[in-house]
Amino acid sequence: MLDEKNITSSGSSETQYQEINDLLDKNQHYKEGFFTSTHVETFEKGLNEAVVRAISAKKNEPEWMLAFRLKAFKHWQTLDEPHWAKAEYTPLDYQDYSYYSAPTCGSCDTEEGSGSEQEIDPEVAKAFAELGVPIMGEDANIAVDAIFDSVSVSTNKREDLSKLGIIFCSFSEAVQDYPELVQKYMGTVVPYHDNYFAALNSAVASDGTFVYIPENVHCPIDLSTYFRINEAKTGQFERTILVADKGSYVSYLEGCSAPVRDTYQLHAAVVEVIVMDDAEVKYSTVQNWYSGTDDGEGGILNFVTKRGICEGKNAKLSWTQAETGSAITWKYPSCILKGDNSIGEFYSVALTNRRQQADTGTKMIHIGKNTRSTIISKGISAGFSDNTYRGMVKILPSAEGARNFTQCDSMLIGDQCGAHTFPYIEVENATAQVEHEATTSRIGEDQLFYCKQRGIREEDAISMIVNGFCKEVFSELPLEFAQEAEELLAISLEGSVG
Amino acid sequence: MLLKIENLQAQIDEKQILKGLNLEINAGEVHAIMGPNGAGKSTLASVLAGKDSYEVTDGLVNFDDHDLLDLSPEERARKGLFLAFQYPVEIPGVSNKLFMQTAVNAVREEQGLPALDMFDFDEYAKDKIALLDMHPDLLERSVNVGFSGGEKKRNDIFQMALLQPKLCILDETDSGLDIDALRLVANGINSLRSAERSFIVVTHYQRLLDYIKPDFVHVLYDGKIIKSGGFELAHELEANGYDEIIKQHQQA
Ligand SMILES: Nc1ncnc2c1ncn2[C@@H]1O[C@H](COP(=O)(O)OP(=O)(O)OP(=O)(O)O)[C@@H](O)[C@H]1O
Ligand SMILES: [Mg+2]
Repeated sequence: MLDEKNITSSGSSETQYQEINDLLDKNQHYKEGFFTSTHVETFEKGLNEAVVRAISAKKNEPEWMLAFRLKAFKHWQTLDEPHWAKAEYTPLDYQDYSYYSAPTCGSCDTEEGSGSEQEIDPEVAKAFAELGVPIMGEDANIAVDAIFDSVSVSTNKREDLSKLGIIFCSFSEAVQDYPELVQKYMGTVVPYHDNYFAALNSAVASDGTFVYIPENVHCPIDLSTYFRINEAKTGQFERTILVADKGSYVSYLEGCSAPVRDTYQLHAAVVEVIVMDDAEVKYSTVQNWYSGTDDGEGGILNFVTKRGICEGKNAKLSWTQAETGSAITWKYPSCILKGDNSIGEFYSVALTNRRQQADTGTKMIHIGKNTRSTIISKGISAGFSDNTYRGMVKILPSAEGARNFTQCDSMLIGDQCGAHTFPYIEVENATAQVEHEATTSRIGEDQLFYCKQRGIREEDAISMIVNGFCKEVFSELPLEFAQEAEELLAISLEGSVG
Repeated sequence: MLLKIENLQAQIDEKQILKGLNLEINAGEVHAIMGPNGAGKSTLASVLAGKDSYEVTDGLVNFDDHDLLDLSPEERARKGLFLAFQYPVEIPGVSNKLFMQTAVNAVREEQGLPALDMFDFDEYAKDKIALLDMHPDLLERSVNVGFSGGEKKRNDIFQMALLQPKLCILDETDSGLDIDALRLVANGINSLRSAERSFIVVTHYQRLLDYIKPDFVHVLYDGKIIKSGGFELAHELEANGYDEIIKQHQQA
């Protein structure tokens, strides 16, 4: 067994890897970096109680939702912006952001709200088409909720799914159509006072996805949400709730991107997942937010609170993430393993390049008996970036026979970047088994030379080696997503246009 | 002439290792290079393959009508220069098969041939696997990861058989091989011999040379070739060691 806290860290000094750095520097192509020009309604910059009320009014929300927002807002005002992560940013001016922006379709007949498949703004539809997001239901194997700035603009395959009793709609719609479900679950896993950004999100939540899988239903297709930040200086504060009732199964995917902007954009999401007895949820994310320039100008600040609870016995929750974008990522998808024999998994690939900073990891809280958790984290740092794994495994006294396995590997490309590992382990039950393995390696000159001596180009060699390093995690992603993740890695590394 | 090395001088970290080396190799010839530890044999192999931690300070190398020193390592490989490493490198997570398919297709691209897909590649690799009696499992596993020392060497020769290079440089491929593996590797090398293909075989022992019967044997010492001869020179070295030859060289 390991020490309670074990910190490894490696950075470096000289420049024998100049060639690799040069190659990586070429990466200035972010093909998702286009801007869609359409009619939008955007709130004036600024944040105060009137803005919170206005967002709620805009969405025609019931009183209880407004009350939740206001409570959160009051609490948020008492908090200080956190700066403990291994990522540096100047304190944000929250008055300099707009907290609501939505396309208003000029050419559409009806003005009322969003959601149905007919009324999507053609410019917005074009943007999603360009991003390869099948919002019109053209892909039979996936249902998509597309979110553009503050609102959901399209949710397809709803009707088909509803025949199975599955609810898959935007969060705003859920507030209108399923108020009792939203009230029952919202804030139960991530309370409004959980942390600074969760409080902010609870106050100004824009849109998000709501999923409910009824008892014993195996969701036949992947459900997914694609997040697009378009407007400058707009925050996106999505709120997603996913409930898998007893004996059900769902695979949920999330993708995201944003135009190239020269100032930071804030993305502070809250995701709550509730998994009942014998149910299973696979939650996969491919995060490709704009990461800023070589000098660290602009990019998305990705401050996200994702947490799930395995409520019932034999429940299983897997988080799989491929994080390649954002200027700063601050994200710890976590599992509360409350039900006996429940299982939590976290598979993560985080790649940072240029001036990106990622502080990411997970928390596994073992409460129930014989609960098991697995953490596989692969961090790749290149350029001048910093990549930190921060994870906690906590075994409570009640968690008889709990087990955790953690493997945490870092790879450095070049010698100007850093990789850091902060595992926190707290064991309060003597029958628990906790295993932790960590490695740090550098893409070796020897490995590269070996590849080149066999005729393989340097950029192909690097992406082959990096993909090999990430294999264990990518094999957890749904096939198409795994491919996308591999391609993203290659693009982030090579700088070629996809 | 396939390879002509004139007055090659090279250094690493400011330390001069190759000190004016000359060597000429015609197509179809097999040259053995022997010499004491630290003489510069692996350095020569690395410099020919283009490893950039070595700095060439003087000399010319012509390979198949190209100025070799002008080419990047991958260009050299694509034009038919192959190095079997003294210490083959491990690449976790990358299957041997994907690695070799990528390499074969890189060379095919250079030759203007269409790429092989997985199925074509399997077909193409079949008799090479048999030739080296490779365990089929080794193709699915990550490149050299967890391979025994001998398996790594055999894997390098397997790669050589797949890539069909013009010049094969083998750096102590025989060390660490058991008796059967040595015979397999020697068979592999012999089956690749042809009128167009040449070999540089770096070795400390006569055993491998007995199987492959080199046309020439050279002694490399202190960054230079100090003596060249036929196969009989290998026998002489095996019997008497390097002392006598080094002494003669120092007196001259
Ligand atoms: N980075 C380095 N800095 C200084 N000297 C080095 C460096 N790398 C290698 N050398 C030296 O270069 C010399 C030649 O090494 P090389 O590996 O070419 O020898 P070799 O003939 O292949 O020996 P062996 O038979 O043991 O394989 C050795 O003295 C070695 O110590
Ligand atoms: Mg050597």
